[in-house]
Amino acid sequence: MDYFIELLFGGLTRGSIYALIALGYTMVYGIIGLINFAHGEIYMIGAFTSFIVATVLSIYGFPLLAIVVIAAVAAAVWSSAYGFTVEKLAYRPLRKAPRLAPLISAIGMSIFLQNYVLLAQTSDFLPFPELIPEFAFMEPVAHIVGSSDMVILVTTAVVMVALTCLIKFTKIGKAMRATAQDKTMAVLVGVNVDRVISATFIIGSALAAIGGLLIASHIGQINFYIGFLAGIKAFTAAVLGGIGSIPGAVLGSLVLGLTESFATGYISSDYEDVFAFSLLVLILIFKPSGLLGKAETKKV
Amino acid sequence: MFPVKELKRSALISLWFAFLTFPIMVIKVDPIERIVHWRWDNMFFIAFGSFVLSILAKVFMIQKERRASRKKRKIAAEPLIQRIAREPRFLYPLVVACFAFGVSFPFLFSTYQTNIMTTALMYVVLGLGLNIVVGVAGLLDLGYVAFYAVGAYSYALLNLNFDMGFWAVLPIGGLLAAFLGVILGFPVLRLRGDYLAIVTLGFGEIIRLVLENWNAFSQGPSGIANIPRPGFFGMEMTFAGGITYIYYIVLVLVVITIFVVNRLQNSRLGRAWLALREDEIACQAMGIDKTKTKLIAFSLGAFWAGFVGVLFAAKTTFVNPASFTFLESAIILSIVVLGGMGSIIGVIVGALILILLPEYLRALSEYRMLAFGAILVIMMVFKPEGIISNVRRSYKFKGTNTPEGEIHE
Repeated sequence: MDYFIELLFGGLTRGSIYALIALGYTMVYGIIGLINFAHGEIYMIGAFTSFIVATVLSIYGFPLLAIVVIAAVAAAVWSSAYGFTVEKLAYRPLRKAPRLAPLISAIGMSIFLQNYVLLAQTSDFLPFPELIPEFAFMEPVAHIVGSSDMVILVTTAVVMVALTCLIKFTKIGKAMRATAQDKTMAVLVGVNVDRVISATFIIGSALAAIGGLLIASHIGQINFYIGFLAGIKAFTAAVLGGIGSIPGAVLGSLVLGLTESFATGYISSDYEDVFAFSLLVLILIFKPSGLLGKAETKKV
Repeated sequence: MFPVKELKRSALISLWFAFLTFPIMVIKVDPIERIVHWRWDNMFFIAFGSFVLSILAKVFMIQKERRASRKKRKIAAEPLIQRIAREPRFLYPLVVACFAFGVSFPFLFSTYQTNIMTTALMYVVLGLGLNIVVGVAGLLDLGYVAFYAVGAYSYALLNLNFDMGFWAVLPIGGLLAAFLGVILGFPVLRLRGDYLAIVTLGFGEIIRLVLENWNAFSQGPSGIANIPRPGFFGMEMTFAGGITYIYYIVLVLVVITIFVVNRLQNSRLGRAWLALREDEIACQAMGIDKTKTKLIAFSLGAFWAGFVGVLFAAKTTFVNPASFTFLESAIILSIVVLGGMGSIIGVIVGALILILLPEYLRALSEYRMLAFGAILVIMMVFKPEGIISNVRRSYKFKGTNTPEGEIHE
C-alpha cells in the first residue's frame, strides 16, 4: 500500500509539473492555433536562469528564503521576456502565412534556443542547488512523500487557482477568452489582439519557468536538453486533455503523470516514454478531441 | 537616408537584447568550485550585434515593401525558375546538364566529396517522399524518421539473422515501411491536422525507444555494426569503389523518385491529394474517398523512407537508434518547407542546401545547429512559401477564334 501511495504522489508531482508547462501550450494554441514548439525551450531557459541566479546568490551567501524568492522571480521574468521576444520575432510576422510556416519557424526557434544555451553555458549536467529544505513536520511520512513533492503540489495548486481567477475575473482574461473564441470579432469590439497574444505568451512562459525551477530542484540537475522531452510530454498532456482547454490541460497532465508513474512502478521503467505516447495515441483514436475538448463541427 | 527614429528604435532593441541575454550570456557559474565568471564582453557583443542586425532587417523590409509596390503597377513577373520549368527548350538541356554533372561527380571530386554528395542525395529522396505526405497531401508528419528507421533496421536485422543481401532487402524494407505506414495511418488519419502531427511525432519516438530498449531484438543503444555494403554480382570492391557504387545506386534512385513523384503529381491521384489539402469537405463531395487517398499518400511516403533507410544502413554499415531522433524528422521537414512545399525542384534545392551547407561549414561546427535554427526562422519570416514555390498546374486555352483574345486561367 505504501508503494501505491508513493507512486500516486510521484505521479501527481509529475503531473503538476507537466500541467505548468502544458498550460502554456494550450493557451497559445487556444488563441492563435499554433503549436509553440519552442515552449519546452522557454521552460529550459527558466530552469537555467533560476539555476544561475540561485547559485550566484548562494555563493554570495544569501539566506535560503531570499534565494528561492529571487530565483523564482528572475526565472519568471526572463522566461517571459524570452517568450515575448520569440513571439515577436518568429510568430508575429507569420500570422497570415500558410499553416505550416509558423510551425517550422517554431521548430527552428527551438533548435536555436537549445544551441544558444549550449554554447553560452555548457553541455554538461549541472548540479542544481537544493532550494527546498526537508520540512520537520513531513518527517513521519518522509519515506512516502518527500517535502519537495509537497511543495510542488501546493505551488501548482496555488498557481492554478491564480490563473483561473486571472482568466475568469480580470479584464485581460476576458480579452483572452474573447480572442480565443473569435479573433476578428474581438478586434471589432475593441480588443487589442496583439497585446492579448503577447500577454498569453508572457503568462505561459512564466508558468513554464516556475515549472522549470520546481522540477530542477526536485531532480537536482539540469542540462540544455531537458526542454525537448518535457516540452513534448507537456504537449502530449495538453492534447490528451483537449488542446485549447485550460482545465483539460490540467486533467490531461495529471492523467499522464499518473499513468507514467504507475506504469514505470508496476511494469517496467525502460518504456516510460513509450507509455506516455501510447496513451496519447489510444486516446486520440477513441476520442480525437481529447478528454475535455469540444468536438469541432465544420459548417459548409 | 536612415531616419533618427529608426536609430532610436534599434538602440532600444539592442538594450532589450542586452537585458534578455544577461543571465545566460554574461554569468557563468561553476557550482562545484563555487566561482562566478562575469563575461561582460559578451553583453557588448550582443548589444552591438542586435543593433546592427535590427538596422539591416529594417532596411530589408523597406526594400521589400518598395519592390512590392513596384510590382503592383505591372503584372508580377514570373520567377525565372518557373519560366525555365515551363519552356521545354530551356528545361531539357538543363536537366541533361544536371544529370551529366551527377554522373561525372565521382570522377571530378574526391571520395570524401562523393560520400557527402551521397548523403545529400539520400536526403533528396527522403525530402521528395515526405513532400508527397506534407507538401502535396497536406498531412503534417513529424515522425517520418520512424519509417526511415524501419528500413535501416530491416536491412540490418534481416542481414544479421537470415543473411539476406542488399538487393533482396531493398524492396522488403520499402514494403515493410509502407505496411507500417498503413497500420499507423488507418486509425490516425481521421484526426485533425495538429493532432496528426503530434501522434506521428509520438509514433516516431516510440519506434526509437523500442529500438533502444529491446535489446534482444535490436541490440539496444549500441546498435548493429558490420552491415555489408551492397554487392555487384559478387564482385570484390575497394573502399573507394564501394562508395562510388553506392553513389550511383542513390543517383538512380533519385532519378526514379523524381520521375515517379512527377508523374504522380499530375495524375488523378495527385490531383485528389491537392484537392484534399485544400478542402476536405468539398473533396468528399466530389466523390473522392478521403481515407483511402490519405492512406495512399502516407504509405507511399513511408515507402520511400524505408527505401532510403536500407541504403543508409548499407552506406554507413552501422545503425543505432541515435540516428533516428526527432531532429532528423525536423531536418527532413525543413527540407520540404524550405525548398517550397509541393515543388519538386524546390525540395531538391532545399535538400542540397540544408545538407551540404553544414558539411562545408564544419569549421564553424559549434555554431552549425545554431545557424540552422536561425535560418529556419529567418526563411519562414521573409519567404514563407519556400525558395522555389510550387506552380499550380494551369491550363491555357488557346487556338480559338474568339475576339476577346487569349483567356488566361
